[in-house]
Amino acid sequence: MHIEIDEISKEFGSTAALHPVSLAIPSGALVALLGPSGSGKTTLLRILGGLEFPTSGRVLFDGEDATALTVQQRRAGFVFQSYALFRHMTVFENIAYGLRARPRAQRPAAAEIARRVTKLLDLIQLPDIGARYPSQLSGGQRQRVALARALAIEPRMLLLDEPFGALDARVRKELRAGLREIHDTTGLTSVFVTHDQDEAMELADLVVVMSMGRIEQIGRPADIRARPATEFVKSFLSA
Amino acid sequence: MSDTHLRFRPVATEPAPVRAALILTSVAFLAVLLFAPLIVVFVEALRDGAIAAVASLANPEAASAIRLTLIVAALAVPLNAVFGISAAWFITKYDFRGKALLITMIDLPFSVSPVVAGLCLVLTFGANTALGGWLVGHGYPVVFALPSIVLASMFVTFPFVARELIPVMIEQGRAEEEAALTLGASGWRIFFTVTLPNIRWALLYGVLLCNARAMGEFGAVAVVSGKIRGQTATMPITIEMLYNEYLSVAAFSLAAVLALLALVTLTLKTLLEWRFADQLAASHHR
Repeated sequence: MHIEIDEISKEFGSTAALHPVSLAIPSGALVALLGPSGSGKTTLLRILGGLEFPTSGRVLFDGEDATALTVQQRRAGFVFQSYALFRHMTVFENIAYGLRARPRAQRPAAAEIARRVTKLLDLIQLPDIGARYPSQLSGGQRQRVALARALAIEPRMLLLDEPFGALDARVRKELRAGLREIHDTTGLTSVFVTHDQDEAMELADLVVVMSMGRIEQIGRPADIRARPATEFVKSFLSA
Repeated sequence: MSDTHLRFRPVATEPAPVRAALILTSVAFLAVLLFAPLIVVFVEALRDGAIAAVASLANPEAASAIRLTLIVAALAVPLNAVFGISAAWFITKYDFRGKALLITMIDLPFSVSPVVAGLCLVLTFGANTALGGWLVGHGYPVVFALPSIVLASMFVTFPFVARELIPVMIEQGRAEEEAALTLGASGWRIFFTVTLPNIRWALLYGVLLCNARAMGEFGAVAVVSGKIRGQTATMPITIEMLYNEYLSVAAFSLAAVLALLALVTLTLKTLLEWRFADQLAASHHR
């Protein structure tokens, strides 16, 4: 799905988290929102997912105005920073949650839900953990379960907030490849937030560098490396 | 010899005499303040034998007091559970002006004397006030009747549930609810499938404390109930009246029932904790 962000701004009280920013995300791309904390990248992601409403501006999904759509209507698969798995439910129940929450007419039968959950567990290469609770999983396993849960609702896009933030360096490297693979198999337009430039450069098709609520540069990783557009980008990349 | 002994003592452990003193102090306090009185209640109740004790409970006055106390708890506790959940939800999930003030207001019943609270109810709903007169005129007397006893019990117990829930809900944050939202769940569905299961233990503790306090409340109820025998006298009030009339077996038998109800509450809590220990542990870790 093609996403267009048209002059979006966001104020919290009197502080501006986002100055009007515009950005076009081509269908099927894997995009990184890169910047230090406080740069507005998470706010922008939450606005895409419908968890925050912008102060002004529009969001367009496939050319249609989606600004007023509720979070449920957007059908964005969202992976939270600390994964926000439902701690009192098993992995199976976590992944099935979105399907079971559908209105009765659209809800798949129990057998169909089980089939889809099994398929997703295979996709994240953890076929045997359906009966476990989130507290019994490692950090990397939790991240993949969160990804499976987000994919279960057959989302129109995938939004990930610091998906590797809570993991140690070795697992991080492994899971980067895993995310790239899942993105390529599903073909979903995906946006992830990160403060780690290596992660952004290695993984993304398109990197959006942000600072202080503004977009500093949009480009392919190689182009940004070769031609940083502003002083900020230059100093951020050399850090 | 003593050298190696010292070396193997864990760093964070106090020397033996200090430990002994600490343990002794707490046991002494428990014995004097908790166990001794509890034992005395049961001993006094059974002084003329179990048959006399049970007979005193069967008398209509005592039976009516037990019934009234159970009815009051059955009304006040669920109402306070609903209030406590909504207050805690409102306080922890939204940002608004005056939040600190609201939290202070919830604690008010802890600092206001129950007698004062009872008087306030009488002054608001008494038959000679505009509101009270109108209610009595329509056949709904509040003061010296069940509604005021429920209101007084609710006032005294309303911090319990909210106070148990607020820290738990702050610690858990909004992430799981937000996740459920992005998965397409409606508000009610999220409440019943995500929020409620996450707070159920805190809610249970709050409800149990609230229940114990509601059944035992004396001061506020004494003021608003009018202490009408067989009608508006709850268990604690009846116990006091019997005691003042030197009917000590009857008084202590009723007191023993009240203490037993509290013990049942405690046992229930312990049993539930034991039965669901694994879930309890799971819900404390992410």
